[in-house]
Amino acid sequence: MTLDITDLKVTIGGKEILRGVDLTLTAGRVHGLAGESGSGKTMTGLAVLGLLPHGSRTAGSIRLDGRELLTLPPKELNKVRGGEVAMVFQDPATSLHPMLTIGRQLTEHMRHHLGLGRAEAKARAVELLGKVRIPGPEEAYGRFPHQFSGGMRQRIAIAVALACSPKVLIADEPTTALDVTVQAGVLRLLRGLCDELGLAVLLVTHDLGVMSAVADEVSVMKDGLVVESGPRGRVLREPAHPYTRALLDSLPDAELDPAESGTPKSGTPESGTAKSGTAKSGTAKSGTARSGTARSGTARSETANSGAAEPDAEAR
Amino acid sequence: MHPLARFLVRRVLLAVLMAWGITLVTFVLTNLVPGDPVAANLGQRAMSDPAIVSQWRAEHGLDRPLWQQYLLYLQGLVQGDLGMSQQSHRPVSQDLAEFVPATLELAGAAILVSLVLGVAFGVVAALRRDRLPDHALRVLSLIGISVPTFWLALVAFYVFFYRLQLTPGSGRVDVALGLAPPVTGLQTVDALLAGRWDIFASAAGHLVTPALVLALYTIGLLTRFTRSAVLEVLGQDYVRAARAKGLPGRTILFRYVLRSALVPIITVAGLAFGSLLSGTVLVEAIFAWPGIGQYAYKSATTLDLPAVMGVGLVVGVVYLVINLIVDVLYGVIDPRVRLQ
Repeated sequence: MTLDITDLKVTIGGKEILRGVDLTLTAGRVHGLAGESGSGKTMTGLAVLGLLPHGSRTAGSIRLDGRELLTLPPKELNKVRGGEVAMVFQDPATSLHPMLTIGRQLTEHMRHHLGLGRAEAKARAVELLGKVRIPGPEEAYGRFPHQFSGGMRQRIAIAVALACSPKVLIADEPTTALDVTVQAGVLRLLRGLCDELGLAVLLVTHDLGVMSAVADEVSVMKDGLVVESGPRGRVLREPAHPYTRALLDSLPDAELDPAESGTPKSGTPESGTAKSGTAKSGTAKSGTARSGTARSGTARSETANSGAAEPDAEAR
Repeated sequence: MHPLARFLVRRVLLAVLMAWGITLVTFVLTNLVPGDPVAANLGQRAMSDPAIVSQWRAEHGLDRPLWQQYLLYLQGLVQGDLGMSQQSHRPVSQDLAEFVPATLELAGAAILVSLVLGVAFGVVAALRRDRLPDHALRVLSLIGISVPTFWLALVAFYVFFYRLQLTPGSGRVDVALGLAPPVTGLQTVDALLAGRWDIFASAAGHLVTPALVLALYTIGLLTRFTRSAVLEVLGQDYVRAARAKGLPGRTILFRYVLRSALVPIITVAGLAFGSLLSGTVLVEAIFAWPGIGQYAYKSATTLDLPAVMGVGLVVGVVYLVINLIVDVLYGVIDPRVRLQ
């Protein structure tokens, strides 16, 4: 199973949002897509599902196992949505309908896509809730989203996305709206599901820390173009593009651990080791701004870092 | 107890308390109005005779202190006795039983029409945003909101009845047919219950124009509010998430979009239906509809205090019931309300 995006171009209202994006997702691999806000990460994700805003034009090609998605008739596309390609959105507080029970939101597309009966769908939903580690899945089934915490809601949103056993999962900043303490849990869950179910995952994020924790491959976007792409270890350790370097430099030390990158499935980053990885030593002059305490940060560090820090600060 | 049931019980108890408040307010207000019921009800000669005046006052309980009058009023009220009308010399409750159903039939029809059309128009306008249907509906709702009801009533009467002779004239039903045997007091329903299709057709024909005239304002208002409510919900994340799940468009519209949009819609609808009641006074006058509006006007001009209080109570209770329905609907639609 592969999802191939080639030369994807999107214009909205005459403005070029994507200028020829190439990406490939493969089963069982997490592909991280990084970049500042406005670089087109989310639009790439939405384009796969045909969910771009009204008035947008698309060119290029998105192929799911050789089938072109961009020209699919609406009925066929609706079968792909949720059934073969699913999506998890940024803010679980708004991406679940506040007035419908969890059970309803978990089962309605199952029944529509898979033609399951009420009881079958419920059994599967409860099983899924257990799989994403919601305590008391039977009771949770009848509850409403506001009765869960943010982290739980995102787990539920992931369960909703997985309900019809899709092959591709697009996770659009799935941890950005969450507490730092629950982020790791959600990421571990995503990684685990990817390995267990053989999902192809596109993990959209502006957070390279998140990226280094779970991604197998990393692509970096800027101004509607993929400027760098490759295995995580290589991209994070030896960034070829200046923009990637700038992104890496803008990170606080503890968040990124390129030395660990050889084993992508190791889960969360273990901070503390290898503070002076090759990537950072190469650009040591901007390291001053990188340190959270920034005692040395005066005029010099500001100028050195101005290009690098801005995109990330804006994204956050 | 089920949370929804508990929510219901609490709201009903609150409504009863408010009903008591309404009796207090209507009683105090009607007694505060400057104007002497004696002067309004007795002739010149009778008024110049102190004996007759004091006898009349005693007869209607007006010689007692105000608080005693209120207690007596309340005492009667719980037994269903609203006092005697000084004009019709009949119990007020009997008068109301005659006039209220006529108004309920008219207002009910107007509410039904405006809910169906207003919400449908609003949804269409939102889904066809900035295209022809949206523009056409915007003009229609603007007309509905800005044209005064009494003017519309006059013009509709003149055009459809007098000029085009499309609709029957004033009243509730053709005089030649007579009324259906009263069961509910609603002519259309009673005619159906009695199996009199001729009366039903006549009653429905008489109902159409005044109900539409009365509804036009609410239709305009609901179209506007539904449009903006639906547009707002369409932009929500959970609608995009529903699309990403590959649900059919109809499911998304009814289950995801309308459900959320209904909350602001019923808020406006509740308020609009309250004001629709005041519109009935004018419409009833022009279409000679024998409803509570006409009765209220007559009793107010003759300072028939028990009748005025009776009308005030009925209107207040109708407001309460509308608000209760709106509150309960909030709870039914939105689980977050019911669990608070």
